[in-house]
Amino acid sequence: MVDPALLFEQLFNGVQYGILLFLLAAGLTLVFGIMDMMNLAHGSLYMMGAYIAATVTLAADSFLLGIAVALPATLILGVVLEVIVLRRLYDRGHLDQVLATFGMILFFNELVRLIWGPEGIEVPLPTILNQSLTLFTIPLPIYRIVVIAVGLLVAAFLYFLVVKTRTGMLIRAGASNREMIGALGIDIKRVFTLVFGLGAALAALAGVMAGPIFAATIGMGEHILIQVLVVIVIGGIGSIRGAFVGALLIGVIEILGRSFLDDLFKLFMPVNAAETAAPAVASMLIYILMAGVLFFRPQGLFPARSG
Amino acid sequence: MKKALVFGISALALTLAGPQAIAAKAKKIKIGFVTTLSGGPGVIGKDMRNSVQIALDHLGGKMGGIPVEVIFEDDQVKPEVGKQKTEKLLHKDKVDIVSGFIWSHVVLASRNSVVKAGKFLIISNAGTSKIAGRLCHKNIFSTSWQNDQVPMAMGEVLNKRGVKSLYVVAPNYAAGRDMVAGVERTFKGKILGKDLTKWPTQLDFSAELAKARASKADGVFIFYPGRATNAFMRQYAQAGLTKTPLYSVFSVDSLSLPKLQQAKLQNVLGTYSTQFWSPDLDTPVNKKFVADYRKKFGSYPSHYGAQSYDSIMLIDSAVRAVGGDLKKMDAMRAAFRKADYGSVRGKYVYGNNHFPIQDFYLREVVKDSDGKWTTKIVQKVYSNHQDVYAKKCKMKKTW
Repeated sequence: MVDPALLFEQLFNGVQYGILLFLLAAGLTLVFGIMDMMNLAHGSLYMMGAYIAATVTLAADSFLLGIAVALPATLILGVVLEVIVLRRLYDRGHLDQVLATFGMILFFNELVRLIWGPEGIEVPLPTILNQSLTLFTIPLPIYRIVVIAVGLLVAAFLYFLVVKTRTGMLIRAGASNREMIGALGIDIKRVFTLVFGLGAALAALAGVMAGPIFAATIGMGEHILIQVLVVIVIGGIGSIRGAFVGALLIGVIEILGRSFLDDLFKLFMPVNAAETAAPAVASMLIYILMAGVLFFRPQGLFPARSG
Repeated sequence: MKKALVFGISALALTLAGPQAIAAKAKKIKIGFVTTLSGGPGVIGKDMRNSVQIALDHLGGKMGGIPVEVIFEDDQVKPEVGKQKTEKLLHKDKVDIVSGFIWSHVVLASRNSVVKAGKFLIISNAGTSKIAGRLCHKNIFSTSWQNDQVPMAMGEVLNKRGVKSLYVVAPNYAAGRDMVAGVERTFKGKILGKDLTKWPTQLDFSAELAKARASKADGVFIFYPGRATNAFMRQYAQAGLTKTPLYSVFSVDSLSLPKLQQAKLQNVLGTYSTQFWSPDLDTPVNKKFVADYRKKFGSYPSHYGAQSYDSIMLIDSAVRAVGGDLKKMDAMRAAFRKADYGSVRGKYVYGNNHFPIQDFYLREVVKDSDGKWTTKIVQKVYSNHQDVYAKKCKMKKTW
């Protein structure tokens, strides 16, 4: 039988992983949904955020200062990128956008290699965050609790921003009908720049949060971006709520699959076969879920766009 | 032996024999060195290149009086690129010898190109079971080890230390599965759980660590090379597993330790790993190699570097044995087989599959006198150990 304490711990891990995906997905889904822009370089902003934070953290010996510098710096980088490069791509097809932003991934990877070298940077955490906290005999890493807390705060902030403010109204309007909002005399370009900057800052936050878990490395954005795209597809393009639910879903499925699938398989398979099949199937689970969602609800769980 | 001696003497005689011999002597020795120079694993390639540089410094840039040129190529950890670069080295640069290779799958893809061109291949790292076994070849030599040997040594260590139960975590690819098979072959206790993680994309180990802790195993065995080492180590600490001893192979080395120290992961200090070499291995050659490397590059070399240094020195021994006449393939092969050169690990012999029969050690992570983290040899685990795949190699040992 499954140990309830282990199950709880794995759910916690799943939620934490989902929160990290959410931070990335929130920015990407806004950019994709509102600007109809396929931005693969989102992962590069995540990487830049992680590197900037790591550098400042090491130089100043303060993780908080690292965050404080990395977020605005990446936001500015995002805005500059939007103004210089991406603006020219809005009217082009998705294929052009994919090509151009893929080029930007290569550019940023090489840039990081030139500046910081190929090794990657380890981000030291204050000792207190590098430990675990025992809750009902279950040890939970303190840093991962912090990540969850930050993620929930961001989710609350985005909810407030999108639902309660005028800016949010524009964002929602932009997501459901771009042409109409332009026709109503709203400067859609400014909304775009704002959204892109916001997305960049969120990506940087995800990078900063990921740094102390995975370390800042070249190409760190590409691997995670694939899962983030799955989140967006499942959640519904352009929907923050969809990104939140989708990210948690993916996080929990990914972790639970890795945790319990081999035991499950062992119930009806020889041990050796189960040990080789389980990791392979576990890594496919989220794609199977995506295929299922696409089949039954092609627009995602929480579609933002009306048509 | 006798044959080799005759070859040696005749080679020596030829160098003294005047104009004819001088004509046969190469004007320049070209060595093609395939490694990884881009991306994250470029760190390994850098260490190998630095070590080749130290070897050339020690040789004064010459082998048997002939100037040496080493041409480095980047395989990008891709088999198809590795093969293409190998072909380029062989046919465009016309190198005399091919060396290097970090990755098993890359060397497997490139092997045939070298064999077909009739050149020697001196493998500096990749220890694939296939080339040690069925795909062994008279012109292929290794200056490293066969993958399984290192985790097998770790299994023996665990038995000796009274570890009764183990949890195993490794990436799900060829080398990862080799490592798991290796430790399973010698470890006599119970393996309470085993996770093979997606490689190389999975860097989150929360699920696996929670399972490892829940299993209450005496120890955790891992194989996570490259950047995954650091991600794993740091999550190990954060998951509160520091009281469970961690045993690793090919993970904690001179390349990852500075980074782990930078991240202040105190739990890494005191962890154990097995290897054929360590920066503190007490041989005259190794002392000189490590000291000169540290003087020039400011850090400890890794085993990748040590093996690369040995590759160059092994080649030098063969070139000198034939007096620079690289066309004498048989005489060169005889010289390679003798392994009669100053290896960083001390004297070793070649098995029938041209893989070293050598000692393996248990190493512990310690602080050196400057406070830098490094590995120190605790004890010898295996003496003159031969890999298990040698039996599958059809070559007979005649030397």
